[in-house]
Amino acid sequence: MLRRQVGALAWVGVLGPLLALVLACGFFASRTDRFLTADNLSLVLQQVMVVGVIALGQTLIILTAGVDLSCGMVMALGSIVMTRLATSAGVPVPLAIAAGIGVATMFGLANGFLVTVVRLPPFIVTLGTMNIAFALTQLASGAQTVTDVPPALAILGNTVTIGRTSVVYGVGLMLALYLVAWFALRETAWGRHVYAVGNAPEAARLSGIPTRRVLIGVYVLAGAVYGLASLLSVARTGVGDPNAGTTENLDAITAVVLGGTSLFGGRGVIVGSLVGALIIGVFRNGLTLIGVVSVYQILVTGILVILAVAADQLSRGSAR
Amino acid sequence: MRAQVPIPRSFMMSVLHIALVLVALTTAPAHAHAPLPIIGLITKTETNPYFVKMKEGAEAAARENHIRLLTGAGRADNDNAGQVTAMENMIAAGASVILITVNDAKAIVPSIRKARAKGILVIALDSPTDPRSATDALFATDNYRAGMLIGQYARAALGRRPAKIAMLDLFPGHPVGAQRHNGFLKGFGLLAPDASSVALGRPAEVVCMADSYGDQQKGRTGMENCLQKNPDIDVVYTINEPTAAGAHKALVAARKEKGAILVSVDGGCPGIRQVAAGELAATAQQYPVRMAAMGVAAGAAFIRTGHRPSGYTDTGVTLIAGRPIAGVESKDVKAGMQSCFGDR
Repeated sequence: MLRRQVGALAWVGVLGPLLALVLACGFFASRTDRFLTADNLSLVLQQVMVVGVIALGQTLIILTAGVDLSCGMVMALGSIVMTRLATSAGVPVPLAIAAGIGVATMFGLANGFLVTVVRLPPFIVTLGTMNIAFALTQLASGAQTVTDVPPALAILGNTVTIGRTSVVYGVGLMLALYLVAWFALRETAWGRHVYAVGNAPEAARLSGIPTRRVLIGVYVLAGAVYGLASLLSVARTGVGDPNAGTTENLDAITAVVLGGTSLFGGRGVIVGSLVGALIIGVFRNGLTLIGVVSVYQILVTGILVILAVAADQLSRGSAR
Repeated sequence: MRAQVPIPRSFMMSVLHIALVLVALTTAPAHAHAPLPIIGLITKTETNPYFVKMKEGAEAAARENHIRLLTGAGRADNDNAGQVTAMENMIAAGASVILITVNDAKAIVPSIRKARAKGILVIALDSPTDPRSATDALFATDNYRAGMLIGQYARAALGRRPAKIAMLDLFPGHPVGAQRHNGFLKGFGLLAPDASSVALGRPAEVVCMADSYGDQQKGRTGMENCLQKNPDIDVVYTINEPTAAGAHKALVAARKEKGAILVSVDGGCPGIRQVAAGELAATAQQYPVRMAAMGVAAGAAFIRTGHRPSGYTDTGVTLIAGRPIAGVESKDVKAGMQSCFGDR
């Protein structure tokens, strides 16, 4: 019964952003006939796939009342590891991909270990690992863009034609990841534990939930997800870019907050983060189509973030 | 309990969400769509005065040629993904020509190739892609020559004193940074890689090198560290004028501003004022307005006649010096002020 109510309540948090997204789409569609075409919507999805996947990992961590500032940088490091190995080191592509995802996962493990075992605050831990990942990215790449990436490494950037619209594989991967995460968080014991740890860690521990293991697991999983985002990033640009990650870092946290997940943990629906990422993408795309400079997207995003956090805070205040 | 949250309040917030979105949108300037052909201009960032000026030049040329101009930019000086997104969105908006000042000469190449495969004309403005052949054409300052001009000037101004040079560069791997750097060495009469190299030459006379990212604060830090390394530096090359301003602050703090010849590249109005004030000995001025106007005109010609421009077009560079030196051709501050960009 309670579980149902909490579920329903969390969906209300998604409804607001969803409405904002639909209205924004309606607005752009009314201003230009180029917006609401299958090709353009596919393009928007393709443009948000990297941030969308990073935001998925980020959501898991924020649900446990943590935050991960290293997400974008870990993604950048993963993509440099993959591309460097596959080009100058001549490592076979599947192995290079595994190594890149492995490095990202190790960062997740390090974050999780420091947060749960050493008991350092996530904000500080990930601030540290963010800088470490950035420095390693620069060192591993020699601050140079890695080019001549084997096509197999960018395979997720290839398109499949559905109807008459071409959609990149990466978008399919992103949607599949969200589906899996949504199911796991909603229907499995592990998922309920993640919410419980974020809601009231002490109560969760006393009720027999292995809180440390759940927490470490979440960070490791998030790291692996950033590794997949690395692969998407390579697919999207066709290179290993040592300067990637800076905008993705904050955009991912922004997407999670826009999607209605509470920064205090324990509350939120994972699909909301996808909606959040899409809001950013739709504004950027739509404003360009109607000929308005894209800084307005950053302005609107800023306003929406404050509204989303305010809504969360207000609803918490009245719950007391 | 958490389950007690009053739902209507959340809905009110949602409504507020939407109201604000609409306010933000209706106050944003939107152009009614006329059936004009479209050209997209993508700059490094939206706010840098150099690119603001470039945008003005492009807008004027667009009006003249009956073109609708879309503009976009990366979010920061090295944001490649942002430029890729802007390019895709402009093509989705119907642009058949893209003018772009690339943030990452290599990283943007696969995306440009995709655009050109769709028949889009892509012209690089200001700096080349790597390889240069990735775009149809390049309209830019000859940065190697710009470096040579200030190198020659610094050599002449130094006279017989032995050269101890500090070089405050852009960041590793950027062709413009390398061309200005190596051009400077060449102009100074030192051993230097040619214009096609991305590696930075480092003869013995160069006693210190630092990356400034074209930023005033990093320029200052770089100069401070160089002075720690060698207090006798007498020539300072800077990648641009904000870097030079930072370097000047460091020199003043160390009371060395009289003993060092500071040179730079750009020709922005604040930079020309630096020359007028004697902080900067000389700067090589480039012309973003001309660059953009030529790009738009070439794009308009392509749209109307199908003619694809190709190769490299030099958009000019002039040495602006506070004090003319015999044997080195230069123009004065007044001439520099007339064609500078940024706040006069």
